[in-house]
This record gives sequence, structure tokens and C-alpha cells, in this order.
Amino acid sequence: MSLADTTRRTVPFERLAPLALLVIAVLIYAGIALGTGQPQYLSFEGVVGVANRSIALGITAVGQTFVILLGSIDISVANLISASAVLASVIMNGNPMMVIPAIAACLVLGLVVGVANGLVIARLEVNPLIATLGMSLIVQGALSAFVSNFAGAVPDDFQWFAYGNIGPMPFSLLFYAVLILLAWVTLRFTKFGSDIYSVGGNADAARLAGIHTNRIIIRAHIVCSVLASIAGLYLASRLKSGAPWIGKDGVYDLESIAVTVIGGTILAGGRGGIWGTVAGVLIFSLIDAIFNLTGTDAFLKQVLRGVIIVAAVAFYAIRSKRIVA
Amino acid sequence: MSNEVLAKTDAPRQRRRWLLSVNPIYLVLVVLLALIAIRNPQFLEPFGYMNFLKRAAPLAILSAGQLFVLVAGGFDLSVGALITLTVIGASMLQSNDPSATWWVICLLFVLGALVGLINGLVVVVLRVPSLIATLGMMITLTGVALLWSGGAPKGYLTDNFRFFGRYNFTGVPLINLLPISIIVLVLVVGLLWWLMHRTNYGRLLFAVGDNPRASQLAGVPIGRVRVLAFVVSALSGTVAGILLGGFSGVSPDAGNGYELQAITAAVLGGAQLLGGRGSVPATVAGAATLTAIFTLLNFLGLPNPVRSAVQGLILIGAVALAMYRRKRTGR
Repeated sequence: MSLADTTRRTVPFERLAPLALLVIAVLIYAGIALGTGQPQYLSFEGVVGVANRSIALGITAVGQTFVILLGSIDISVANLISASAVLASVIMNGNPMMVIPAIAACLVLGLVVGVANGLVIARLEVNPLIATLGMSLIVQGALSAFVSNFAGAVPDDFQWFAYGNIGPMPFSLLFYAVLILLAWVTLRFTKFGSDIYSVGGNADAARLAGIHTNRIIIRAHIVCSVLASIAGLYLASRLKSGAPWIGKDGVYDLESIAVTVIGGTILAGGRGGIWGTVAGVLIFSLIDAIFNLTGTDAFLKQVLRGVIIVAAVAFYAIRSKRIVA
Repeated sequence: MSNEVLAKTDAPRQRRRWLLSVNPIYLVLVVLLALIAIRNPQFLEPFGYMNFLKRAAPLAILSAGQLFVLVAGGFDLSVGALITLTVIGASMLQSNDPSATWWVICLLFVLGALVGLINGLVVVVLRVPSLIATLGMMITLTGVALLWSGGAPKGYLTDNFRFFGRYNFTGVPLINLLPISIIVLVLVVGLLWWLMHRTNYGRLLFAVGDNPRASQLAGVPIGRVRVLAFVVSALSGTVAGILLGGFSGVSPDAGNGYELQAITAAVLGGAQLLGGRGSVPATVAGAATLTAIFTLLNFLGLPNPVRSAVQGLILIGAVALAMYRRKRTGR
């Protein structure tokens, strides 16, 4: 009896909440698809379509989860996505030979931004929100100094990243799935992963326990920024060209934070995980799909979206005894 | 007596400590204003500096309000969208009828108070982190503004509504020119200064931001204190919205980016994110500094993109410096 009690306590409500929310969203989606007589949305293609629409946000959110677990945050991702997409499309400029250099350049860009974010946060001890906000402004400024519209072009070969299929599955979806698995393995089974949880749980204790906290902070920020760059590459491939507003228009900065929090990762750090974030991303794209199915007005959609974000977090936060800021 | 002796022998040291304890933002502001005056001597005439203050007023008020939430340990990201909603709501409610101005303004304040109340209750009762709660509010309010106006705001703001943001008294002794918005600025900032630094509520606010658990155990009604902070921030957004509407008219992106600028201004003024530290006058100086930086960049003929990059660098630099100082002086 008491044993059953303790085992039940080991799975905290916060970890089940994202799953419960996801199930609710799936049920509503299925109900509306059937209720409005559009069962084609429940077919394999329909479901893949829903998942496919969330890839850019998903890749970004996986990175965001790393830094939020650490107790940090990154709001420079949106502008970094734009910068990466523009950089890729300008370097490629329709030339298939330039695909590899362009990808390399974008990854280096992500690396540089991540290192800079990490150094400012770890060494200068600047609040992460301010540090990455500053970085976001710097990237935006540098970017719009050079381009103000769609720039460059992506060759057909590279569009395969977004549009190609392997068997029945879109390549990009498989890529995203592999990324999730890698992230999960990293967080669950590597020293780096457990160090992230330690630093996020209590940075001082982690330092005293001999963890190089600064190094962990910098590495986690590198992961986040490089993943944002990859999301930019994906968007360049899907839009066939890069524009300096695609990241900001997609609100990837705030939405990636929102889905991570909806997924049960705590803003203070130390608790949460990748699967919650994946559920959060799916919930977001299901909400969008539901709006599409019901033909909701675009502006009303936005109102509901804001309410849903808050309600979803409140769904489990309300039970916590902690005083949140 | 012995105190006097001590004071005398310690005088140079105390002066140094006093210098260290002066918030560097005032120094930065003076230097920037001097630079502007050198670039553009007209700045020293009433028309020049009054216009500068007029432009800084909405941000200064907004930042002073945001400071309440920051000191309590939260964030308020919804104020930019609230400004947009205020401006668009004013033009929709007024439907070009000048006699409607007064009740429209009253209604806007009710709206602001309501938004702040909801923000506060969501954070305190539903326990949603303020970053997410106010982000949701920002998205919702932007949606409401678009929904209300059908995407493109119709109508304009009547002259008597724009009075607050636009009108100047002329022929005032000494300064000749006195914009209404500066009277509003002085009144609102004075009120907020009094509330934060001279009342019991202000003291409780600092206590809650510094250590919520400890103040709760000490019997502080932390829920009420924090809800009120969100209401103050939202009301300052309403005032800023009315001033901005008067100053620059109706547009669907009237408040874009103001929430981050307000946080930046407060941080430049030495406010500490996650609570417990901040000052209203220094925050107003921070807002003036930010405006001065933008003015200066304009004079130098730098394009807008450079503006945002410079803002980013200054933001990081200011906070890094503050952290360094705090470590050095132990304050």
C-alpha cells in the first residue's frame, strides 16, 4: 500500500501534464475533423502535415530546452534564425556547388553567437534575458544593415531539405526526429546532460561539486544557437530564399520559450526534459490545425492563442506551492 | 561629538564612497546630453530640450511603471501591446467625436487597470511565471486590437484627445515653451516616486522582490503587493499610450517594442532583474539616456539598423558594468 503510494509519487504531475494536454488537443482535433466532415485530416498525410508544420519551431525549441533547463533563456533565436536563413540563401545564390559552404557558414554563425551569449552570461554575469536580448538587437542590426528584403536564392538541391521525402516520410521530419533522439540521449545519458540539470538546479552547489559551470553554460548556449541556425537553414530551404524578418514574424523567440514551458520545463531551471517540449510543439501545431479546420478568423486566432498559452501553463503551475516571479 | 570628529576624519573617504554610490546612469546621461548639445547647439534652447523631453516622456512613464513589476521580481511584456490597444481603442471608441474624449480616457484607464489586474491574478493565483503570463497577454491584446479595428484602424484621434501628447503652452516665463506631456511626466513620475520610495507599499514591494518567502513569513500580503505592481505597470502603459497617440497618431504598431525598451531603461537605471533593487529617478534617467542615444545616432546620420545594434551593445555593457561594480563595492 505504502509502496504503491511512493511509486505513484515518483511520477510527478508536472511530467504527466504535457501528455494530458497533448491528448486533449489530439481529441479536440480528431473530434473537429470528424464533426465537420473532414476525415482526410486524420489520414497519414494529414497527420504528417500537422507535424511537418512544426519543424522550425521544434528544432528551435529543442535548443531552447537546453538553456532553460540550465536556468538560462535565449531570446536571440528569432533574429539568429533570420540571419542564418539570409546568410545561407545569399551564399548559395542558386549555385548547387555552394550548398556545403553555406551550411558550414551558418553553423559557424550559430557557434559564434552561442559562444558570445555563453561568455556574456557566464563570465560577465549578465542576466541571460538581457544578454540575449542585447545579442538579438545586435544580430538584427547587423542583418538589416545588409539586407532589407528577400536576398539570394536556394538551389533546388537544397530545397530537398524541406520538401524531399524518404519513403512516405518527409526528410525534414525524420531529421527532426533524429535531432530529438540525440537531444534526449545527451540530456539523459551523458555527463554534459546531467551537468545541465545540476547547474540548473543549483549553480552554486554544482560549482562546489566541481562542475565547470561556466563551461556548461557556454556549451548549452552553443547547442541552442546552432540549433536555431539549423532552423534558419530549414526555413531558407522551405521559403526558397531568406528574408530578414522570417524569424521575428514566426515569433520563434517567445514561442520556443512558451512551448518549452508548456512542456513542463521550469523557467528557473533544473527540471523538465525534451519530451515535454516535443509535446508542447505538437500541441501548438495542433492548435493551429484546429483553427484551420474550423476556419477561425486570423485575429481571433491570435487572441485565443494568447489565452491558451497562459491556460496551458496554469494547468499544472496552479498546483505548485512555489512563489513564482 | 565623537561622531563629528569621526565624520571629519572620514570626510575624504566618505566623499569617495558617495561618488561610488551615485548611480553612474546620471553621469552617462549628462555626457550624452553634452554631446548632443555640441552636435546641435539648438538643443540648449527651450524648443530643443523640451522636444527631447516630450519624446522621452512616454518611455519614461512606461519604464517607471515597469520598474514596479521588476522590483517585485517579475516582468511585464504586455505593456507594448497595451499601448497599441490604447491608441487603437481610443480611435475606435471616439469615432471622431471630440465630446467623447473624457469618457473614452476614463474607459481606457479602466481597461488598463483590468489588464494589470488580470496579469497580476494570473501570476499570483494561477502561479504562471510572469514572463509567460504577460507574453500571453501581449499576444491576446495584439489580437484584440486587430480584431476590434478589423486589421486597419479607422478614424483618427480628435484634437482634444491629442492635446496631452501634442500641445505646448507658450509664453511661460523662463522656459517659454511647456508641453503638456512634460507636466504629465512630472506628475506621474512624482506619484510613482512617492509610491515606491516614500510609502509602506514601496517598502513591502522591495521586501517581496528581495526575498518573497521571507517577506511572506514576516506577514507581508505578497499576493496583493504583486498584483498592485502589475496594475501600476499597466496604468503607466495607458498613460504612455495616450501620450503616444497624441504625439504620433493612430497606427497598428504604435507600441511595438516598447516593453523591451522599458525593461532596458529600468536596467540602465540600475534595476535588478528578479527583484529587490531599483529606483524611479534612475529609471527615468535610463529612459532619457536611451532616448538621448537614439537622438545622437540620428544626428550622426546612422541608419536605423545601427541603432538597434548599438542599443544591444549598450544594454549588455551597462549590465556587465553594474555586475562588476556590485562585486567590487559589495553593494
